[in-house]
Amino acid sequence: MIAIIDYKAGNLMSVKRAVEKLGFACLVTQRQEEILNSERVIFPGVGAAGKAMADLRHLGLDKVLKQYFEAGKPILGICLGAQIILDNSEENDARCLGLIPGSVKQFPLPLFSEGNERLKIPHMGWNGVNLRKRHPVLEGIMPTDEFYFVHAYYPLPASDEYVVGTTGYGIEFPSVIGYKNLIAMQFHPEKSGTAGLRILENFCTWDGGFGHVHCLGDASSFSESA
Amino acid sequence: MLSKRIIPCLDVRDGKTTKGIKFKENIDIGDPVEMARFYYEQGADEIVFYDITASSDHRDIMIDVVRRVAEEIFIPFSVGGGIRTLEDVRRVLLAGAEKVSVNTAAVKNPKIIADGARAFGSQCIVLGMDVKKVEASDKIPSGYEIVIHGGRTYVGIDALEWAKEGEKLGAGEICLNSIDADGSQQGYEMALTPLISENVNIPVIASGGAGNINHIYDVLTKGKADAALVASIVHYGTYTIRQIKDGLHQRGVKVRMRW
Repeated sequence: MIAIIDYKAGNLMSVKRAVEKLGFACLVTQRQEEILNSERVIFPGVGAAGKAMADLRHLGLDKVLKQYFEAGKPILGICLGAQIILDNSEENDARCLGLIPGSVKQFPLPLFSEGNERLKIPHMGWNGVNLRKRHPVLEGIMPTDEFYFVHAYYPLPASDEYVVGTTGYGIEFPSVIGYKNLIAMQFHPEKSGTAGLRILENFCTWDGGFGHVHCLGDASSFSESA
Repeated sequence: MLSKRIIPCLDVRDGKTTKGIKFKENIDIGDPVEMARFYYEQGADEIVFYDITASSDHRDIMIDVVRRVAEEIFIPFSVGGGIRTLEDVRRVLLAGAEKVSVNTAAVKNPKIIADGARAFGSQCIVLGMDVKKVEASDKIPSGYEIVIHGGRTYVGIDALEWAKEGEKLGAGEICLNSIDADGSQQGYEMALTPLISENVNIPVIASGGAGNINHIYDVLTKGKADAALVASIVHYGTYTIRQIKDGLHQRGVKVRMRW
C-alpha cells in the first residue's frame, strides 16, 4: 500500500487518481500508523512552506517522515514536498524537515531568458529536465520529455551529489533531487502526461536503492493500460 | 526553457460541449470527457472548460464532468463559468480541476480572488477577463473595457487596471478574452494582448480569434502571450494540436513536442 500524505496542502486527489490509473493501491492519509505501515510514501504539497511545516508539526508528521526516511522505505516528494525536505526555506523563513542538507530559494528578480526577455514568476507551464545522473525513478525519461511546473521557489541542496536533474528558467535550478531512498521533484508528475505517469510508475516499483533498474517497457503503452 | 502552451477550450452546457460564435447560436458538438481525452492524446498542454449552463440546478452535472475528466487525463485543466463563491471554487478543485477561472464573480466581488488564493494558492486562481475595445477616456485610459454577461454589459473598469488589480489580489494567471476577436477566426487581439502581458508578472493566456497557425504564432511572439487558447480551429478539425505545434516548432517557437 502506498500512503499519500494528507496535511491539507493542495489537491491530493490528482496524485491518487494517477497512481490508481497505473494499477497501484493507495490511500490518502494523515494517520501516523497508516503512514509508518505503508510500503512507500508520496509526499505532495502546494502552498506556502511556513504553513505546510506548521500543519505537519501539528499532526506530528514531521517526526513520522524522518522516521520513515530512516527506515529506508521509498519516499517521493512532489512540488512543495520537494522543497520542505531541505533544512530551511526562504519562503516564510521556515525551518523545514532537513532530510537533505540545503535550503529553498526564491527565484532572483528580475529574471531574464537567454533572449533577454523578462521571465514571469511563478515559473508556470511545461519545461524539460536535464538529467545529471541516472536514477531508477527517472529511467526511460528522454531529454525531450517535458513536465508541468508551477512554483516561485526552488530547492537548492548543499551539494551537487543530491542533484539528479536540473531545469533552465533564467537560471539552471535543481528540479529533481534525491538522497538514498528519497527522490523528489519540483514538477507535478501527476499532471505531466505519459512522461509523468512513467515516473510515478517507476516510483511505485522502486525498492529505494540504486542497483536495480526495473524493466518497464515502452512509455507509450501507459495510456492504453489500466 | 519554458514552452508556450496550446490550450483547447471547451464550452459546456448541461454536460455537453458547444462552440459559441460570438456567444450566440451555440452548436452542440459532443461529450466533454471524450473531447478532453482526444485533445490530451493529441498533445494539448492544458484544457479549459467553460460551463455556460444557465440554470444553477444543473451545476452538479459540471462537477460530474470534472470528476470524469480528472480520471481520464493527466495534464492540468481549469474550469470557469458559474463560479460565484469560495464553496464553488472548493467543489471544482476537489472534483479534480487544477485551476478555477473567475470572471463575472471577480468583477462583482474582487475578494473572491484574494480569498481563493489564500485558501487554495494563487496557482489555482485564474482571472478570466472579457474585454471590448472602446474609445479611450479618463475612466478607460487603455481603450479596453471589461465586459460581463458574454459581452452585453460594460462595467466601467479599465482592462489594464483590472489585470494589475487581479495580480495584486492574488490571481496566478490571466485568461484574456477579446470579445471583438472571439469567434471571428481573424486573429487574436494583437494590441490588447501585449499591453496586458507586458504589464503584469503572471502568465497571460490569449483567447479569441484563432483562425490559422500564423495567428497563434503572432500572439505567442509579438503578442507576448504565454499560452494560446484554441477552440473552433481544433473543434472543427481545421488543424490538429499536433499540426499547430509542428507549425510553431518549425518557426522556432518552443512548444512541448513529445507526449
